[in-house]
Amino acid sequence: MRTTHLEDNFQQKIDAEERIEPKDWMPETYRKTLIRQISQHAHSEIVGMLPEGNWITRAPTLRRKAALLAKVQDEAGHGLYLYCAAETLGVSRDTLLDELHTGKAKYSSIFNYPTIAWADMGAIGWLVDGAAIMNQVPLCRASYGPYARAMVRICKEESFHQRQGFEIMLTLSKGTPTQKAMAQDALNRWWWPSLMMFGPNDAESQHTEQSVRWKIKRFTNDELRQKFVDATVPQAEILGITIPDPDLKWNEERGHYDFGAINWDEFWQVVKGNGPCNQERMEARIKAHEDGEWVREAAMAYANKQSQKLTEQVA
Amino acid sequence: MSAEEWPLFEVFIRSKSGLHHKHAGSLHAADATMALENARDVYTRRQEGVSIWVVESKHIAASDPADSDAFFEPAKDKIYRHPTFYDLPDELKHM
Ligand SMILES: [Fe+2]
Ligand SMILES: [Fe+2]
Repeated sequence: MRTTHLEDNFQQKIDAEERIEPKDWMPETYRKTLIRQISQHAHSEIVGMLPEGNWITRAPTLRRKAALLAKVQDEAGHGLYLYCAAETLGVSRDTLLDELHTGKAKYSSIFNYPTIAWADMGAIGWLVDGAAIMNQVPLCRASYGPYARAMVRICKEESFHQRQGFEIMLTLSKGTPTQKAMAQDALNRWWWPSLMMFGPNDAESQHTEQSVRWKIKRFTNDELRQKFVDATVPQAEILGITIPDPDLKWNEERGHYDFGAINWDEFWQVVKGNGPCNQERMEARIKAHEDGEWVREAAMAYANKQSQKLTEQVA
Repeated sequence: MSAEEWPLFEVFIRSKSGLHHKHAGSLHAADATMALENARDVYTRRQEGVSIWVVESKHIAASDPADSDAFFEPAKDKIYRHPTFYDLPDELKHM
């Protein structure tokens, strides 16, 4: 079959909402785009463990500690599901990790902000996981089967993440004035970076159009951001804390909240590596990987030895 | 990237007794014992299973999607294998 014919067939399948599976024919650019998107997503899950891991030993109660630990474990699982999905496209785990560690691959910029107070665990669960859910729910219907299936599993697990974060925020905002001020401060610091999580405005976004055609993106960045704002404003009202945006107001005509301009200079600075924690995060990742090297080697050596013994016994 | 990469395993989970094992995903492990333990830790953190199978991915033989038309062709024209193919009177209930 000629390539154009294959490509037509491929697009028809996608238009008919059929899923593409690993061994099916796919355009090279589809494969490359997916590897980039899925691995970037996997890296975000793994790097995302660091800012929260920072508070596990200092959680205020055993209940909070158990929940935070479980959440961070879940994120490790999410990373694993996604790496495996990327590997079905013919790229090795080692290559993916190498791309992260050399800075060739990106991860979500939100994780380059510091977690300086316990309230940040609340704000992250509520806002960062909340924004992630907005992004991830439509991806459960992504055209690539292994990616969509990984997202279904992930989305099931995410809802507890957001709820435990909101509960932390709720406890703080119903607490002493100092505790309420902590919750407000965390919201102040995490609000704008959370809005940036959806990526550049549609007009600036390079990949959107093709990705929408391939159904590896179902909504544009701006559509998802708007959904997030609309969902989150009433939640802040329940908490009784104020979203740090003087331009935020309900627009009757649009049926949506209007919100202020995002500081894209800050966004691009953090993407380029100049955020408050970029260096620290990369160092922690690389150290964990290098420190684990002897364990991976020893486990493999042990496994090889065991299987050798087994063949000798049989012989 | 100096060390040898751990082999890939496919994970199958029986969600409760009486049901088939179903493909849940995959993971890397040094051997089958580690694969089982890791599968428990990533795929059944919320009691999603009562039994796990793991098999090294390289041992799975799969049909080729490019040939699937020809491969599955023999079943296409055999509608008489389905109960609805047979014309029976309406009076006959429950058959
Ligand atoms: Fe996650
Ligand atoms: Fe999460």
